[in-house]
Amino acid sequence: MNNQILFVGIAIVIGIVSIVLSFVAIHNKKLSIAIIAAGVVSLFASVLYLLMAAPDVAMTEASIGSGLSTLIFFYVLNKIKRSDA
Amino acid sequence: MLRNILIALVILVMGYMFYNTYSNYETRTELAGISQHFAAQGADEVGAANLVTAIVVTYRGFDTLGEVTILFLTASIIAFFLKLKDDDFEGKIDHRETSELLVTASQILIPIIFLFGIYVFMNGHLTPGGGFQGGAIIATGVALMILANPNVKINYHVIHWVESVSGVSFVIIGILGIVLAGGFLDNKIFGEDSLGEFGTLFSAGAIPIIYSFVGLKVGAEISNILNKYQKSQKEA
Repeated sequence: MNNQILFVGIAIVIGIVSIVLSFVAIHNKKLSIAIIAAGVVSLFASVLYLLMAAPDVAMTEASIGSGLSTLIFFYVLNKIKRSDA
Repeated sequence: MLRNILIALVILVMGYMFYNTYSNYETRTELAGISQHFAAQGADEVGAANLVTAIVVTYRGFDTLGEVTILFLTASIIAFFLKLKDDDFEGKIDHRETSELLVTASQILIPIIFLFGIYVFMNGHLTPGGGFQGGAIIATGVALMILANPNVKINYHVIHWVESVSGVSFVIIGILGIVLAGGFLDNKIFGEDSLGEFGTLFSAGAIPIIYSFVGLKVGAEISNILNKYQKSQKEA
């Protein structure tokens, strides 16, 4: 029973942090901060998947969602900045 | 004005849909329908200790083939839009000097990351993970390699060959399933009773082989995308 309360508590904290970071990702003027915020949302989502007993999905989310897609966004951002100037 | 009304309307409709889902939600105490069949018979029929893998590779193997195809299509579209020329792969990129910490850590970590990725897709039928996850982990190793040394030469001929050969092998094993077993991507290609001992590395028929090919293909594909993006940074 205590474990369940702990689970729900962690899930609620992760949910609130994810919502806050999503707003940061949408409303921040600096795109690099927005990309990092989106990556952190993915990282928290993967922790949430792990808590909900889906380690397969958590692995995919951690490596693709927070690792590779963040990197690819930065590549594209760099490319856009250069062709703007 | 009109825009705000439309946004409010969309939010209302979404809220109504989610409310319906929420209010009709009741906790099930037992599995129903086909999931019950998977849970009860899956271990006997497929012989994979990880039931998720049994469903993804065997029961829903055709969907996995579709996902692999979509990833291939993505890589092709990215290559098409980046418009790289042959000499883009030769030139050097001006970059800020990479930190000593990153370079030293990457030398230790990259072999371990590759090994872990291979472990994940070889043991996909026993432990959580599988081809897609293992391939993505290998690609993060490649990403670390590129970050540590932005001018690293990745042999893209090898990547293309690995990708093509594993893709074709995946389909050939699927077709062998039609010839030797019950249907496309059936895992009993080594015979009805030779699934191996439940829970060991050489079990579950064709699943470890299929997942190894999927892992190699996904890893090569994502590494290819990263390599192309890296090489495309040169042009001003």
